[in-house]
Amino acid sequence: MTPQTISQKILAKHANLKFVEPGQLISCKVDLVLGNDITAPPAIKEFEKIGVSKVFDKKKIYLVPDHFTPAKDIKSAEQVKMMRHFAKKYGIVNFFEIGCMGVEHALLPEMGAIKPGDLIIGADSHTCTYGALGAFSTGVGSTDMAAAMATGEVWLKVPEQLKFIYKGKLRKWVEAKDLILYTIGQIGVDGARYMSMEFTGPIIKQLSVEGRLTMANMAIEAGGKNGIFDVDTKTAAYLKKAKAGKGIVYHSDPDAEYKKVYNWDVTEIEPQISFPHLPSNTKPVSKCSHVKIDQSVIGSCTNGRIEDMRVAAKVIKGKKVHKDVRLIILPATQKIELQMIKEGLTEIFIKAGAAVSTPTCGPCLGGHMGILAEGEKSIATTNRNFVGRMGHPKSEVYLSNVAVAAASAIAGHIVSPENL
Amino acid sequence: MKGQAWKFGNNIDTDLIIPARYLNTSDPAELAQYAMMDADSEWVDKMKKGDFIVAGDNFGCGSSREHAPIALKAAGVSAIIAKSFARIFYRNAINIGLPILESPKAAEEIKEGDEVEVDLSSGTIKDITSGKTYKAQPFPEFMKKIIDAGGLIHFLRKK
Repeated sequence: MTPQTISQKILAKHANLKFVEPGQLISCKVDLVLGNDITAPPAIKEFEKIGVSKVFDKKKIYLVPDHFTPAKDIKSAEQVKMMRHFAKKYGIVNFFEIGCMGVEHALLPEMGAIKPGDLIIGADSHTCTYGALGAFSTGVGSTDMAAAMATGEVWLKVPEQLKFIYKGKLRKWVEAKDLILYTIGQIGVDGARYMSMEFTGPIIKQLSVEGRLTMANMAIEAGGKNGIFDVDTKTAAYLKKAKAGKGIVYHSDPDAEYKKVYNWDVTEIEPQISFPHLPSNTKPVSKCSHVKIDQSVIGSCTNGRIEDMRVAAKVIKGKKVHKDVRLIILPATQKIELQMIKEGLTEIFIKAGAAVSTPTCGPCLGGHMGILAEGEKSIATTNRNFVGRMGHPKSEVYLSNVAVAAASAIAGHIVSPENL
Repeated sequence: MKGQAWKFGNNIDTDLIIPARYLNTSDPAELAQYAMMDADSEWVDKMKKGDFIVAGDNFGCGSSREHAPIALKAAGVSAIIAKSFARIFYRNAINIGLPILESPKAAEEIKEGDEVEVDLSSGTIKDITSGKTYKAQPFPEFMKKIIDAGGLIHFLRKK
């Protein structure tokens, strides 16, 4: 048997092949198709052109209006309306209104929609998040989404494989986010272009599933096709709690081929900051001398889960947000928001002078709920800091982990919680 | 196809191609007005229908928004020549029928304002101004079928 990686095994299974090799073009059956309020409307228009009378599976299509919701303007409301009508017309079960929705990549794992061994495509680049649960999951465009909704299939090129091994011991305040920012800083925004990123090693075993979701989420920021993790007891516990099925657990063969293996001791790594305007433009937090900020955003599909909120609360408790800073906290789902209230986190944030929002992608992509004016700077736990990403083309976004974003909101400039 | 070359650098992301603040519509004509807005706010007014974008590595990185190739196509870009393309942008361009050509040498040597002629069937890029000719990476047979059909939806309808 030809040795294979997890990603190759999942692709081969869904293409009904014994094995696949990098570069091979295959047609795969999909287990789940996802779209949001920006990408689904063009997909719906294309779907209607195909000339089929039904979708391939009413239960396997997920429509999550999360980017510009609660609808920020009339046009955004029209886009969601189009999704709502489409869901009704074709009997699509998984359409999520305000009040039960969440940021798609936080919502789907939380509600048990993702199983190990699944092949998932989503018309959103951060669909790669689900690799944290041992699924092959990748972002596509709206036309691919339309085709998959009609046929249940997608064409894929089998990616080359990269392996990242993390060893050592994590310093205090260093999070999974720092590992992925460090990785992107090392290999660049196209360092994994078209490739599969397999994350492994003793440090990864120690990470929570939430942390792994954060890392997988940003595989695309290195140009990766997917990020993937081994399924272990932590994954199994997470899946059980989410009432997800068990799925099929694959492991990479020991002699599987990798284009490159990165082996890093991360003991000396500090919290990382991605300076404008690329996620790869990273510096350790101690090298950020007095970057004054106007805003701090804690949330998104990268860092908007309950674990993140707990870290933020730990840093913020009993302190006040700096008078020149707007701190915006966005729990990624309704469930997380409720849990925050139960644990008293929301109260900690509000007392500190933060604005706590309903779940939305909002400011992460410069949509709404915290847009930057000309010349303003924001630290953010989000995933991109491109030109104009959070607002004015002359504004700046600095990416960080949760603890640093929280500490910086208190200090008024970028700082490690250690030096608060 | 024949037109003028407009040069852009490496890692031109989808937020530069079409900022998210304009994504509350998927109407191609409307999106076209904002193409490359945050890279060069006057570009849409300067470029002419049929012109080419010539860029560096990793063109179209970032978001999966198909609005990016749609905006460029609707603005009148006849093809994009780059050293390399980001994965999702590459798929999207093929799926919607926006021609893309991978040629590191052409992308390096063609200068802003050069007159360029492209023959898609042979993948030949000719810089009329410099007189140099380049050959783009050929597409695999399967992708060629999608391109020849005019995009994925037309390809599926035929099937």
